[in-house]
Amino acid sequence: MGGSLNANHLMFLGYGALWTIGLSVIGLLGGGIAGFVVALCRISPSRIVRFLSTGYVQLIQGTPLLVIMFLTYFGLPALGVTVSPLTAAGASLTIFVSAYLGEIWRGCFESVPKPQWEAAEGLALSRSQRMLKVILPQAIRIATPPTVGFMVQIIKNTSLASVVGFVELARSGQIINNSLFEPFLIYTIIAVIYFALCYPLSRFSHRLEKRGDPARIELEAA
Amino acid sequence: MNLNLDFAAILERWPAFLEGALLTLQLAFIATVLGTVIGVLGAIGRRSGYPIVTRICGIYVEAIRNTPLLVQIFLVYFGLASLGLKFSAFTVAAAALTINVGAYTTEIIRAGFDSIPRGQIEAAEGLALSRAQIYWHVVMWPAIEKVYPSLTSQFVLLMLASSVTSQISAEELTAVANYIQSDTYRAFETYILVAIVYIILSLVMRAGFWLLGLVIFPRRRRLGTPL
Repeated sequence: MGGSLNANHLMFLGYGALWTIGLSVIGLLGGGIAGFVVALCRISPSRIVRFLSTGYVQLIQGTPLLVIMFLTYFGLPALGVTVSPLTAAGASLTIFVSAYLGEIWRGCFESVPKPQWEAAEGLALSRSQRMLKVILPQAIRIATPPTVGFMVQIIKNTSLASVVGFVELARSGQIINNSLFEPFLIYTIIAVIYFALCYPLSRFSHRLEKRGDPARIELEAA
Repeated sequence: MNLNLDFAAILERWPAFLEGALLTLQLAFIATVLGTVIGVLGAIGRRSGYPIVTRICGIYVEAIRNTPLLVQIFLVYFGLASLGLKFSAFTVAAAALTINVGAYTTEIIRAGFDSIPRGQIEAAEGLALSRAQIYWHVVMWPAIEKVYPSLTSQFVLLMLASSVTSQISAEELTAVANYIQSDTYRAFETYILVAIVYIILSLVMRAGFWLLGLVIFPRRRRLGTPL
């Protein structure tokens, strides 16, 4: 056994935590951009685009993230494409997040009241003008609380990157545990760090939800 | 890039896949049933009005919902071991999944409880129903009927999440896949097949929950609308 927990171990965990945050940001940005496209496709006027994007969402939401990770990390090299753990983890998270965020955002687009769409159409705005100037500003307000809430899911799911050998928080815990063999202590510390990352976001999302949508409150009062 | 796919080599291992899929379903079933029980108790606890009980249920829900399942599984696995208790990987996996999903169902069912109009409960009190009768007939069943769709999606997510238990070598579907790919060196085909099996399993679960909904909520069946 390699002695007891010391400052170096904690430094290593801190480093892992930074990679967890980094990977979450990659997942959020990549998955956010792809998810936005998915959401737009889901409400597209073209039936084929809608059908394909629905299929994509159903396929990804029916597959565990772990299997997507394995598929990109072990499966792609079998086809002759080598990927680093970071690429595999980042790509898997992007795919996974895009399906879920796309579905959340589609709901937000659709919950913008119908008369707003009709009024924009009645003012002869083009489809892109309608989306950018009328629907999007309202949809963003509706989308903020669930999106912040979903960021918690992203952070938690980065822990699965440990299975492809990417050294983030969970993996750095495993590595330290291999030398110290004090699993209960180490995984408790890991859990506390995850909690410290996620809980503020959960609270923030909850607060946003409770506060509601200021624009809509004004509209109802008028 | 030389594409050289051989699904046949993987497909002839179908008995192993089937066994893994059955184990995954078993894990999901156990965690769903026990998780529902925990969820109902937890939701009652959160609304009980006893500060300590409310507090404990709140801490349980927040602690589970803000930490990754992987870490929870390791904690249960090594926690039980450090207490000197020896269980099979399957038991540990089922326990960890139950603890995990219990927190989510608590939160969902609590939201259902909160959506029952105050007037309904007052009316039941006016009819001199006992506290237990009110909870059972007026609060619990209508609440569960209301949140049934979110509950069932949570359970499907749980089935998918059970893949993580392969990390403590519970012999479910993903663990079977890991074994087969290391045996055949056909990682791409193996994981594609496993993904398809998971998609089928989630469709089967959704269909099952839909049928179950028709059976246990007669009002929905007769009127065709939720509450």
